[in-house]
Amino acid sequence: MSANSPRTTPRVSATFDPYTISEIQRAAATGIYDIRGGGSKRRLPHFDDLLFLGASMSRYPLEGYREKCGTNVVLGSRFAKKPIELKIPVTIAGMSFGSLSGAAKEALGRGATLAGTSTTTGDGGMTEEERGHSQTLIYQYLPSRYGMNPDDLRRADAIEIVIGQGAKPGGGGMLLGQKISERVGKMRTLPAGIDQRSASRHPDWTGPDDLEIKIEELREITDWEKPIYVKIGASRPYYDTALAVKAGADVIVIDGMQGGTAATQEVFIEHVGIPTLAAIRPAVEALQELGMHRKVQLIVSGGIRNGADIAKALALGADAVAIGTAALIALGDNSPTLEKEYEALGTHAGAYDDWHEGRDPAGITTQDPELARRLDPMLAGRRLANYLSVLTLETQTIARACGKSHIHNLEPEDLVALTVEAAAIARVPLVGTDWIPGQRY
Amino acid sequence: MPVCDLAVSSVRELNQALHRLSPDTNETAWEIDNPQGKHAIGVGINVPVEIDIKGHVGYYCAGMNKHASVRIHGNAGTGVAENMMSGTVHVMGDASQSAGATGCGGLLIIDGDASARCGISMKGIDILVKGSIGSMSAFMAQAGNLVVLGNAGEALGDSIYEATIFVRGQVKSLGADCIEKPMTDEDRERLAGLLGRAGLDDAKVDDFRMYGSARELYHFHVDNAASY
Ligand SMILES: Cc1cc2nc3c(=O)[nH]c(=O)nc-3n(C[C@H](O)[C@H](O)[C@H](O)COP(=O)(O)O)c2cc1C
Repeated sequence: MSANSPRTTPRVSATFDPYTISEIQRAAATGIYDIRGGGSKRRLPHFDDLLFLGASMSRYPLEGYREKCGTNVVLGSRFAKKPIELKIPVTIAGMSFGSLSGAAKEALGRGATLAGTSTTTGDGGMTEEERGHSQTLIYQYLPSRYGMNPDDLRRADAIEIVIGQGAKPGGGGMLLGQKISERVGKMRTLPAGIDQRSASRHPDWTGPDDLEIKIEELREITDWEKPIYVKIGASRPYYDTALAVKAGADVIVIDGMQGGTAATQEVFIEHVGIPTLAAIRPAVEALQELGMHRKVQLIVSGGIRNGADIAKALALGADAVAIGTAALIALGDNSPTLEKEYEALGTHAGAYDDWHEGRDPAGITTQDPELARRLDPMLAGRRLANYLSVLTLETQTIARACGKSHIHNLEPEDLVALTVEAAAIARVPLVGTDWIPGQRY
Repeated sequence: MPVCDLAVSSVRELNQALHRLSPDTNETAWEIDNPQGKHAIGVGINVPVEIDIKGHVGYYCAGMNKHASVRIHGNAGTGVAENMMSGTVHVMGDASQSAGATGCGGLLIIDGDASARCGISMKGIDILVKGSIGSMSAFMAQAGNLVVLGNAGEALGDSIYEATIFVRGQVKSLGADCIEKPMTDEDRERLAGLLGRAGLDDAKVDDFRMYGSARELYHFHVDNAASY
């Protein structure tokens, strides 16, 4: 073979792609698994694989700006004396103080309150910033019980028992030393600066029969006033929903694998749990079979980005959605104006996910006071409120096009699927056909 | 003295009555009859009252207690005094699993034995068990003291943080990152104080061994991989 004979182009393996190779090299150099923030990054069956049919000869649309299309949601009407009433079907998901700065928690509270919705504490207790600035605050009850106390339980508007998260069903929390400041450590009763791993199992109950008694205890402590949510990482949504209803939940929260996390092993995020789209129909089916659909409300989260995603989740049977990642982006996370600083961290605006390292140039996922000062909670709260308003308007736009006077009137019949897999998963016909794979006639 | 008979009243009525008490109430001594193993008796109390429960209780008795002094004249189910903030809970019989779990303050005394996971994730509570405790006790215990006059089961203090464990009898095995530590005078004083509060002035501090964190799992490290 002469030096001049033609050569093939260097070919990258589909199996050993550049990312995979870099991960093997990273693992070989460090001996420890990769940890990152965010949710699953690979392409998965998702809401983009569905379309709305809209109105036509046989369906009347509503007039865009004239006819009312309701967006309010009531959560917790099953047992709680004081259910939660929200103006919009989008809530802010639980993100811990510790993973986020105090100013970021305040901004979430401000934005949610302006938009008439709720925000949620996280694995690290309730801060004054978020209680003070959130008109409606959901208090998470997690396996770690960091900062858990009866006074905060009583000043919360609802309680969310966390069984799991979509990014890591079956995993506990993680907060690396860089983010355990004196204040974070004190709230969690931990020494500052240690790499903290929180428990994956609740310390004082196991299984659905115990959960029923635990829910009874929390209701007794709070005199049956507060709605009790149960948050589940999507894995066996049909059974988990049925068991949570049996245990006495007022509201079920199901979080799919696209759902964000502050810090989890990459292998866990990408390989444990199921996509959000795949969790909705089984959960709704469980509620319907128990005669509890719309009586026990369903909140869906994991990769919700726009009003179309929300409308699709509602059409499949959810009562509301929750957002985490998108809310952080609205506050200013991954902003292109910070590109230079992201580059200095070895990444780019749009790809930054080292939320666990505490060096966030946007000042959101950090405990460094210098960085945290970069986030103006009033401005960031305003941006979040704007974004929530767009989400609501978009959801209404679709609902009106389908002729619905309330967003909860959206239904599976309004939808078709673009792919065979989405048709099978969402149980709506493949576009242009009447075929729902797996459905018997 | 208010008396509540749980054969007649519901747990809901009892708890509501206790929650309505103001901090300066003069109804400071309560008797609860016929608890019949019911769950969530006396949870979320927020005032300095004394409560005598005349019998066995179910799960989570005196959960999240603040200020109150609760005596259980019988055995207690899972999670007695879970997440207690302050006050005292005294179980005169045995306690089931997760006694004092995640407790942040106050004193829990168990005259008999306590089952598995006693003091799991404790965050500042003091627990004194006159009998023995089961396996996985003081798992991830963060702060406070667990004193055991009898024996301790397997994997004591697994992944323990800054809590301290004192055991007079045998320890079946220690969990990851839990080691025996020499007692300082300050430790002896603390232990003597706890024994005294439980009316055990005769117990000798030097008969106990002390355990706590080796602090080797406080930072992720490749050589600890087997322990994660
Ligand atoms: C920074 C961050 C911190 C989080 N902390 C918690 C937490 O403390 N508890 C919890 O249940 N979920 C936590 N989550 C998950 C969210 O509650 C939610 O399930 C998820 O973000 C929804 O998916 P999305 O990010 O795609 O919107 C966290 C997520 C992020 C991004």
